[in-house]
Amino acid sequence: MSERPEPPPRSAPLVFLERRSYRRRRMRDAARLLPVLGLFAWAIPLLWPQGEDGSPSVSGALIYVFTVWVVLVAVGAVLSVLTGDGDEPGAEDRSEGGGA
Amino acid sequence: MTTLNALVAVCLAYVLFLFVIAFVAERRAMEGRVRWLRSPLVYTLSLSIYCTAWTFYGAVGAAARTGLEYVTIYLGPSLVMLGWWWGVRKLVRIGRSQRVTSIADLVSARYGKSNTLAILVTILAVVGTTPYIALQLQSVTLSFAVFSEGGQALDPRPGPENTTAFWVAVGLGLFTVIFGTRNLDANERHNGVVMAIAVEAVVKLIALLSVGIFVVWGLSGGLAATLERIDASELGQWSVDGGRWAGITFLSAAAFLCLPRIFQVLVVEASDESHLRVASWAFPAYLLLMSLFVVPIAVVGLDLLPPGANPDLFVLTVPLDQGQEGLAALSFLGGFSSATSMVIVAAIALSTMVSNHIVMPVWLRLTGSGASVSGDVRHVVLTARRLSIAGVVMLGYLYYSLSGGGSALATIGLVSFAGVAQVLPAMLGGIFWRGATRVGALAGLVAGFSIWVYTLFLPSIGGAGVLSAAVLEAGPWGMGWLRPQALFGIEGIDPLLHAILWSMSFNAGIFFVASVASFPTPLERLQGAQFVNVFQHSPGPRSWIGGVAQTEDLMIMAQRILGARDAMALFRREARRQGVRGDLPEPTPEFLGALERELAGSVGAATAHAMVGQIVGGMSVSVEDLMAVADESAQLMEYSARLEAQSEELALTASQLRDANRKLTRLSVQKDAFLSQISHELRTPMTSIRAFSEILRDSETLPAEERSRFASIIHDEAVRLTRLLDDLLDLSVLENGQVNLNLREGRLSEVLDRAVAAASIGPGGIELRRDRRAEDAVWLNTDLDRLAQVFINLVSNADKYCEAAHPVLQIRVAREPGRVTVDFVDNGPGISAEARDTIFEKFSRIAEQKAGGAGLGLAICRQIMTRLGGGISYLPGQGGTAFRVELAQEAALAAQ
Repeated sequence: MSERPEPPPRSAPLVFLERRSYRRRRMRDAARLLPVLGLFAWAIPLLWPQGEDGSPSVSGALIYVFTVWVVLVAVGAVLSVLTGDGDEPGAEDRSEGGGA
Repeated sequence: MTTLNALVAVCLAYVLFLFVIAFVAERRAMEGRVRWLRSPLVYTLSLSIYCTAWTFYGAVGAAARTGLEYVTIYLGPSLVMLGWWWGVRKLVRIGRSQRVTSIADLVSARYGKSNTLAILVTILAVVGTTPYIALQLQSVTLSFAVFSEGGQALDPRPGPENTTAFWVAVGLGLFTVIFGTRNLDANERHNGVVMAIAVEAVVKLIALLSVGIFVVWGLSGGLAATLERIDASELGQWSVDGGRWAGITFLSAAAFLCLPRIFQVLVVEASDESHLRVASWAFPAYLLLMSLFVVPIAVVGLDLLPPGANPDLFVLTVPLDQGQEGLAALSFLGGFSSATSMVIVAAIALSTMVSNHIVMPVWLRLTGSGASVSGDVRHVVLTARRLSIAGVVMLGYLYYSLSGGGSALATIGLVSFAGVAQVLPAMLGGIFWRGATRVGALAGLVAGFSIWVYTLFLPSIGGAGVLSAAVLEAGPWGMGWLRPQALFGIEGIDPLLHAILWSMSFNAGIFFVASVASFPTPLERLQGAQFVNVFQHSPGPRSWIGGVAQTEDLMIMAQRILGARDAMALFRREARRQGVRGDLPEPTPEFLGALERELAGSVGAATAHAMVGQIVGGMSVSVEDLMAVADESAQLMEYSARLEAQSEELALTASQLRDANRKLTRLSVQKDAFLSQISHELRTPMTSIRAFSEILRDSETLPAEERSRFASIIHDEAVRLTRLLDDLLDLSVLENGQVNLNLREGRLSEVLDRAVAAASIGPGGIELRRDRRAEDAVWLNTDLDRLAQVFINLVSNADKYCEAAHPVLQIRVAREPGRVTVDFVDNGPGISAEARDTIFEKFSRIAEQKAGGAGLGLAICRQIMTRLGGGISYLPGQGGTAFRVELAQEAALAAQ
């Protein structure tokens, strides 16, 4: 058997992260929350009164739905930059309350 | 008015353009210039095959019928992509690390590489996708008809246009075969196809936006005016069905994950995980743009066109009505590209599944020996895939021409969504829950699929079909609670919602219950861990025991699937990695795992597993096997340890026996020698006694001194005889323990003095070296006469046998705790190692030629010392013959 380089030891989950990693984790939390917010925002039209006087106009609904859409896309674009490049060791599912 | 011929020319030109794009992309990819081809932008655009002709045309139609509800079709996928951090990211990672080729492959790989599951998912996908392909063909046909009939295509029934659909199907099949099966490894990127799809995405976006902009700014006079117009139209009142709003959002999200064609571009064709980062917001943005102008177009269409015009075709008919033939042609191209891209990718995805999970296993079984048959399997796989593509496209065409088109097809989009969404519980359960089992997935899928077929699919293809109107009304055999659209008597739900509700709940519920109740096979558990913890695991399951497979056989098989060059390269790379000389690596588990993944990219996980398994001799290693092996080897090790112990014991006994045997042999020889010796010893004095006594008896004339000499000879010989007999007697007395010890006190030096005097060393005899002081210091309380006898023996032996030129006997006294030792060391040659064993035996004589005693001396010494509670032993390593006499504590009193 040829000598193989030892795999880097899997360190125990870090309890505290440096500031930048911490920030990145929180951005990931935000990214996870985003679709939930979207679902919530897009479900709101269901609460509007329907087919009677005082119900909102379709153009209003249209504007609402698309505004939510634009906001989600914009926030998603910002977060996609801020969440960083993924895989620093132990990126997934542990640490400071992060993780699914 | 654009003539049909011109339109056909435009279409052909467009298709040619796509061919060129795909061809150039392939060329560039082969030259390695893939940077631009594999950019996040292309990835995002390729996802746009979600927007088919059904959404291109149908969204406007849906908006015209039900208002804003159409938007939910886009909301679901937007949420899925925005939530990429939840699931899509994991899906893509798994797809890459497991080299997944299709959604069926993913599900099959997750649940222990089960081909049954793969077949089930494949069937489900084919059943769900075929109507969808038919829908694309219909839309193309319809749009052709719009131009040929001047915008009055109210009758979409397949008639003369049927030929259109046929040729479109043929053309698409051809394109897909050419660019979709260039490389065997379905896991490799279809650069040409993806590029073409991306271009088509741009075309359809531009087409729809152009129509939208024309409608808003060209026809309605700006944004504000358009909004007013919307509110003033019949769509103006806000009314959505809440259930359908939520249900379709969910359904489109689920379908986005499960549709084979989306899975193909989202997971299989993903060249870089980081592209997901961009696509996560860019794709929702694309969907936003695609749906932005849908309502204005619908409203304007409803306004401008005569009532009864097909709203599904407003995108075409509004520009045509306004005399904008160029725009209409662009719009037509948009719809055309939506249809073609969907058919192409769906055909690739389905053909991969069909060929990997149905055709190849069947073929392997039919050809008997499977992977070990001779000949190139590549062409078989490729042919299978090409035939599958043709089959899938033709199936779509057949469905189109048989179903008669029409409104039945209009709803088929959502029906199809609901069908493929049945994979969702098994897929999500598989990647998030380790407890999901094959049995659970199978049960859930079958349940969901059956309910979908019964409650949605069959009713959707018309009352004249399998389900009669009577069954729809009253349920089968009059059982009301089994009515397809009102299961368990719950009526009044929208049929689509009804189907989604029941199929998904039963699917997920049964999946969960069966998973919890069943027990997964070890391979499932292994794969489950790999999938669920994909971010923590190193890629690739270790599932082969190496050392059994013949690398050369593997090589032959790999060549047939990967191609000679690629296979050689793979093997050489592995060999280099292992540090092995030559091109054949050792069949280590890592190598087998890597090879299997590589093959899985071509023929799917289950088939690859089976093929490697055949070569490796069925040594597919489940954890179960491993555990059995481990158990067995533990038992074996224990057994062998026991055997080893036993054999050691045996070896020890054997060597002891051999020693004993040697000793016995030597003793026997000695006894023989002694007998001859003793008879000689006895005979010699007896002879002389007899001879001299006869002389004395017979000759009377002997002088007195002669007589006296003879008499003394007789006497001496008699004494010698007596001494010999005394020794023998003495020994036997000692051995029988009948000796009486006469205990007295005295100094060691006195005993030694007496012994030395008694040994009567003559002049020229051995020189003694003694340590008087030490000897004086030792007081003894023992039978001094017996002890002296031992010392006499040792001293006279040394005197007799020491062969040194100047013989010296050293007597060393040492006091140790609990005992006193007296060593007699001479400077002779010593006693050979073999002889040491026997010198204390009776009749033992060191050298035959040496005359002397009868060989009883040392035996007597040992008996005496044993009686006195001490011992005598040979002391090796002293340079000469050395004996140690040990006196026990009580026998030796320390000097006062």
